[in-house]
Amino acid sequence: MRLFALLFLLSSSVHSFAQECDNTLNGTLLDIHDGSVLTGATIVVAQTGVAVQTDLDGNFTITYLCNSTYDLQVSHPSCATKIFTVALQADVQKTFKLEHHLESLNEIIVNGSKAQRKTKTLFENTLNQQTISSFSSGSLGDVLNSISGVSSLNTGNTVVKPMINGMHSSRVVLVNNGVQMQDQQWGAEHAPSIDINTAGSIKVIKGAGALQYGGNAIGGVIITSAPKVAILDSLYGKTIVSGSSNGRGGAVTSSLTKSYENGWYTSLQGTAKRFGDFNAPDYILSNTGVFERNIAARIGFNRIDYAVEAYYSFFRNEIGILRASHIGGAEDQVQAISSPIPSIIKDFTYAIGAPRQDVVHHLARIKGFKDIEGIGRVSLQYDYQQNNRLEFDIRRGDNKDKASLDLALKTQTLNVDVTSDVSDKLEYTTGVSAGYQTNYANPQTGVRRLIPDYTKYSIGGFVTGNYTFNTQWLLEAGVRIDHTFMDVYKFYRRSFWEERGYDSPFSDLVIQQAGNQVLTNPKLNFTNPAFTLGVKHTFYTYTLFANYSIASRAPNASELFSEGLHHSASRIEIGDLQFGSETAHKVSLTLQQSAEKFDFTIMPYSNTIDNYILIEPTGIRQTIRGNFQVWEYRQTKAQIFGIDVDASLSLFDNVSFTHQFSLIKGYDLSQKKALISMPSASTKNSLIYTNLKHHNLKISLESCYVFAQNEFPDTNFEVVLPDSIQTVDISTPPPGYHLLNFNASVSINESLHLGLYLNNMFNTSYRNYLNRLRFYADDVGRNITLQLKYNY
Amino acid sequence: MMWAEILPFNLNIITNLNTNKMKILPFNSITNFKLKTMKTMKTMKRCSIFALLAIAMIGCSDDDAAPLPINEEEVITTVILTLTPESGEPVILTAIDPDAEGPLEIETTVSGSFSQNTQYEGAVRFLNETETPAEEITDEVIEEADEHQVFYTVGEGLNITTEYQDSDSNGNPLGVSITLETGEASSGSLTVTLRHEPVKPNDGLDSAGGETDVTTTFDVSIE
Repeated sequence: MRLFALLFLLSSSVHSFAQECDNTLNGTLLDIHDGSVLTGATIVVAQTGVAVQTDLDGNFTITYLCNSTYDLQVSHPSCATKIFTVALQADVQKTFKLEHHLESLNEIIVNGSKAQRKTKTLFENTLNQQTISSFSSGSLGDVLNSISGVSSLNTGNTVVKPMINGMHSSRVVLVNNGVQMQDQQWGAEHAPSIDINTAGSIKVIKGAGALQYGGNAIGGVIITSAPKVAILDSLYGKTIVSGSSNGRGGAVTSSLTKSYENGWYTSLQGTAKRFGDFNAPDYILSNTGVFERNIAARIGFNRIDYAVEAYYSFFRNEIGILRASHIGGAEDQVQAISSPIPSIIKDFTYAIGAPRQDVVHHLARIKGFKDIEGIGRVSLQYDYQQNNRLEFDIRRGDNKDKASLDLALKTQTLNVDVTSDVSDKLEYTTGVSAGYQTNYANPQTGVRRLIPDYTKYSIGGFVTGNYTFNTQWLLEAGVRIDHTFMDVYKFYRRSFWEERGYDSPFSDLVIQQAGNQVLTNPKLNFTNPAFTLGVKHTFYTYTLFANYSIASRAPNASELFSEGLHHSASRIEIGDLQFGSETAHKVSLTLQQSAEKFDFTIMPYSNTIDNYILIEPTGIRQTIRGNFQVWEYRQTKAQIFGIDVDASLSLFDNVSFTHQFSLIKGYDLSQKKALISMPSASTKNSLIYTNLKHHNLKISLESCYVFAQNEFPDTNFEVVLPDSIQTVDISTPPPGYHLLNFNASVSINESLHLGLYLNNMFNTSYRNYLNRLRFYADDVGRNITLQLKYNY
Repeated sequence: MMWAEILPFNLNIITNLNTNKMKILPFNSITNFKLKTMKTMKTMKRCSIFALLAIAMIGCSDDDAAPLPINEEEVITTVILTLTPESGEPVILTAIDPDAEGPLEIETTVSGSFSQNTQYEGAVRFLNETETPAEEITDEVIEEADEHQVFYTVGEGLNITTEYQDSDSNGNPLGVSITLETGEASSGSLTVTLRHEPVKPNDGLDSAGGETDVTTTFDVSIE
């Protein structure tokens, strides 16, 4: 738009006055990836042989050009040489962009798109490829744990669900290679279906400001992006092999990329990960093995102003769930909690028995963009995802090898958006998205559906923009609205349907009577607005981000329709058909200093959530299997606030100290009590020695202290046993704990790198409040991982 | 070119593939403007065709059939413990939980009281009555005897002792058939517990572990 206006002005006003061979071309040369200026580049005018160089600001001037068309050969030591054709009829000011070489093959060029940052007024934590690859045998949740304010809700040590500022599951939006993941994230024991080795970078936005990805990110957004491929002829790849002592397993991941100077590229990546039973310091955690297999391929081409890419990934993960955690009712719970060791400890094995999960996720995506003069960058993306989740419980007879849960979630999404620079100061992005999702629960399981069959249609639109006043002030605002329609087929137990009083107000929903069940067809509509407003202010060496955002989330299928025994939690969970959306108001501030010796980031935040959906115990139900606690979802007003601190201080030339601290508090305002499952305060401190001259030697010693959670709701209950009455203490959090980790890495040569990672050095026994299996067993003990990385 | 067939909206990009020059378009505004507008419209058209295609895909993939009901296959709704003396009426203890985890209460019935100082032959049955005819879960329990054990817990004050009369392939007790001996007149509770995958052998419920499939308590008396 801006360029267009400029061109128009230039050509219309100067046209008639232009004299022959008196035109001046003023040019600026930029790196196409990050817009940084390229100095010392040579520009040769092919027709005249005149050569000039760019100055320190990347500018050059060529005078005495005729009203003619010229070919400029632009070359720079670290870029591929390029010819630009320029037609002159007047003096011209023009920006040229060159493609930077990959200086070394393991470097990533972050994000080729114009909007490098996803938001402007929310601080973004980014993990680079080096950090990611050091976790190559871990999960997404493991690598994200290294960010302050990001914790995880675990089920054992293999199901690791990321938690941003105390929020998880449906409140955290996960964007994998541009696609919002739909992998049944509603379940607390459903880990994200992502292989971290596909990611070139991972960003965490602790807020809802990134409206292009949805307005439902009450907790935040996690964005994984594939490594950028450069426009040059190259064939490269890497292989990482790692082996760990705990679990006696490891991972192999390998990738190969072929790129061409004409912009075409293709890459293939695969990972295999296998672990047997893990060890707590004092015993084997029986049935905690993992077997993960992934493959991803992409093909595309990238030009300066247009690109298209097709991407496909396959993810399969088999996860064993601690055998001792599969129990019956309250009687078994009393026993499990009072026992210092798990009730079932067997010999080490790689075999994964019941209870286990077997999850397959397919993701296919086509996206493209084109820069259109006068409009901006128009992007189009279509994706298809299919998530199949099988859960195997301990069953009897012929059902032994039959899954108890067999869900297929299929999602298609279409996104169109436009990013445009209206002027130097104003930039905006607008777009629409449409989605179609079906959930199918296989009736062959012989177990009533945990999540009903449904079809979901959604449509949304957003506008976000930012205005740069000057180098110090930037204002950002955005608005988004989404509409969701759910067409649900749900079987209720007749006794439940009547007990909840659904029969009179919702009698018209019943479409069929089936024995002791009723088939209902609820049709639900949700409209969810979202909004963000923020400023960024830069002064001295500081940057201040301030952001206010409103996010709104429709209840998920689990919150609406649960009505039965949740085996892995040993409780009866009951949803509510009548729930409305929850709305969060989040204010976050970030003060950041980047200086030579001392960097820090301080992020206080407050999140007030209306109609916050939580689940809590409401009573005991006697069944023939024993007593079970009944947990019912309810809506309330919640208040969460906290602070995340990161600091790094360089002590000597080669030695630095880093510090992280996170504190979070959450309250149920209407019942005036603490919220359940809030992360406790934690701090991490590391001493790091780096010597780039000595084979890139890096040694670090990390201390992690997790405080005991001191604020929690009392959800204990009493149970009558054959010979006594017992209190089942399921609410008291475990004590705080301290872990020491040691990491060392060294580059043998340009392409071969070695890493040694020692976690929980002193084999400390501990339990984490946010581990759902903390009642049954200690967390994992010492682990030594050796990693070999080879770049080629 | 195969991709051209797959990606209808990017035909022009594909055809441009072999030129690797970035073209800076001539600065002739008026003709340029028209050109751009046309190009934009073309692109928009392609976009909309693509969008329509996608919507068409969405539109025809649903058949809207109502799902089939699922009857729980291995739920135990009913426990029947029949205790037969050598002579006289048997005592039948029944517990029925018609909707498993549903809100309905368990109904327990005790057909009568035990006689003093008498030996009873006991047999327990587990049924799934959500199916018709009712499924006999007892058969599965016996078939997988090494993975099951039935425990009988006698409450305080009740003069009853029980003894296992059956065992699994490893010689450990199963508990589907028992003998029950009564003492002097008294009353109290008798609890039947079925554990799946307990530790075997064990010293009773507390050390058995495993998963409780059934636990139901009857108030009984000896007269």
